[in-house]
Amino acid sequence: MLASTGVPTQKDLDKVFPSDERLSKGPTVIVECFQNIPCNPCYTACRTGSIKEFEDINDLPNVDHDLCNGCSLCVSNCPGLAISVLDMTYSDEEALLKIPYELIPLPTPNQIVKGLDREGKEICEVRVVKVINSKALDKTPIISIAVKKDFAKIIRNIRLEE
Amino acid sequence: MMPVEILIIGGGPAGLCAAIQAAEMGSKVLVVDRNNSLGGQLVKQTHMFFGSEKQYASTRGFDIAELLLDKIDKMDNVEVMKSTTVLGIFEDGVVTLENNGKYIKIKPKATIVSTGASEKNLAFPNNDLPGVYGAGAVQTLMNEYGVKPGNNVLMIGAGNIGLIVSYQLMQAGVKVEAIVEAAPTIGGYLVHASKVRRMGVPIYTGYSIKEAHGKDSLEKAIIWQLDEKWNGIPGTEKELDVDVICISVGLSPLSELLWQAGCQMKYIHEFGGFVPARDENLQTSVKGIFVAGDVAGVEEASSAMVEGYIAGMSAASYLGYKLYNMQEVKDDLMQQLNSLRHGPVGEKIRNGITSLMIDNEAAASIDAFK
Repeated sequence: MLASTGVPTQKDLDKVFPSDERLSKGPTVIVECFQNIPCNPCYTACRTGSIKEFEDINDLPNVDHDLCNGCSLCVSNCPGLAISVLDMTYSDEEALLKIPYELIPLPTPNQIVKGLDREGKEICEVRVVKVINSKALDKTPIISIAVKKDFAKIIRNIRLEE
Repeated sequence: MMPVEILIIGGGPAGLCAAIQAAEMGSKVLVVDRNNSLGGQLVKQTHMFFGSEKQYASTRGFDIAELLLDKIDKMDNVEVMKSTTVLGIFEDGVVTLENNGKYIKIKPKATIVSTGASEKNLAFPNNDLPGVYGAGAVQTLMNEYGVKPGNNVLMIGAGNIGLIVSYQLMQAGVKVEAIVEAAPTIGGYLVHASKVRRMGVPIYTGYSIKEAHGKDSLEKAIIWQLDEKWNGIPGTEKELDVDVICISVGLSPLSELLWQAGCQMKYIHEFGGFVPARDENLQTSVKGIFVAGDVAGVEEASSAMVEGYIAGMSAASYLGYKLYNMQEVKDDLMQQLNSLRHGPVGEKIRNGITSLMIDNEAAASIDAFK
């Protein structure tokens, strides 16, 4: 269970993943925020209206995936690094996953790196597609990785070869 | 004797915000800090803050320190004394300071104590070996001085500090072998826990340290599982090859000056120890002495900043300074504090505060707002 392990269970994840039907239409955010803590920058960062205004700052984010276009503005604004963007329409075999990544060295485009799950276990190799590290991201770079579709919902981190 | 209007003891998030608010209302402020730079723990916080925009959510701690210090720099009525330790608050209102061997006496008309908190220690065999640190010390070494504390770390405590420092250690290229937490669940924010878990750091809940080993310095740590009475279970020991043990088992308020000043103190477990009774304007039982931040009860930096603004306003208002929209600003600050403490995580804070509230002698500061 999340509170004793720090790893969200499948049941937790089911609550925040959009339907496969929504995922088949294009990129959207996955907001892995499961605890009522006082925090709302995801709402203030959102420009599409898909992350709703918080009635109470301790509420969990309320996401309308139909309004989200996967713009990723919230990804580097989330203090918990809890937001990723998943695009299942990237190619026939691969999904594109955008994750926040605050380690150095940063990977480079086309680099093959290890894809890690939510426990940090190596699952498969993934390909780095894009690395954004602009000033607006304020030291939380966003890495886009191409992941085989079967693993797209499992991968949540990367490790560079040592 | 140096005359001072408002003395602020401690230039961390609470003290800086108190200085800004009190100075904005026109009072003359002296901020005294024993360190050689201001900002308190903010300067070591490389992570983005939680909360809302009003408490600089999503901005990194050290950047928040910059923002606050920039404001203070621009204010003519704020004087700062660094590397200066407050030695005592005396019955006649005299406060004594030490700066570079000089003994200084001042007489402030109002004082805001925002001294923060210090780390609690943990007793276990060989905890005096070199390599056993407090989490704050590790943060100071890494984030202030750029010194790597070691190569393999055992973190004790999965509160926010333990989780955040573990993450920062990994960012610095130090391997965190494990985080142990004696409680059955993780105390810090779960997003911080998930962040270190997906980097491959295990979190053992219901575990603690049994003992440390090493000849000249730390070489090994033995951890074990705890039963429901928090006693170690023989046979569950795990051995970890670590050269650093980092202790983050909570903070306790640095309240010595408040004791000395004769403030009414109460032991509140949820706040980390003895904390001052206070009214809603953060005035203690001693007229003219206000508190803000961790010394008033260990909490997050975001609430420390809001408390700072409130204490700054209360102290300035106590001396007769006003703002044209003072009630409005105060209501907004109170509302911010309430909402930060409103959720389940804030429950223990709310309980603690209820038992600390006083409304007798401190009524004067409430009147001042009318």
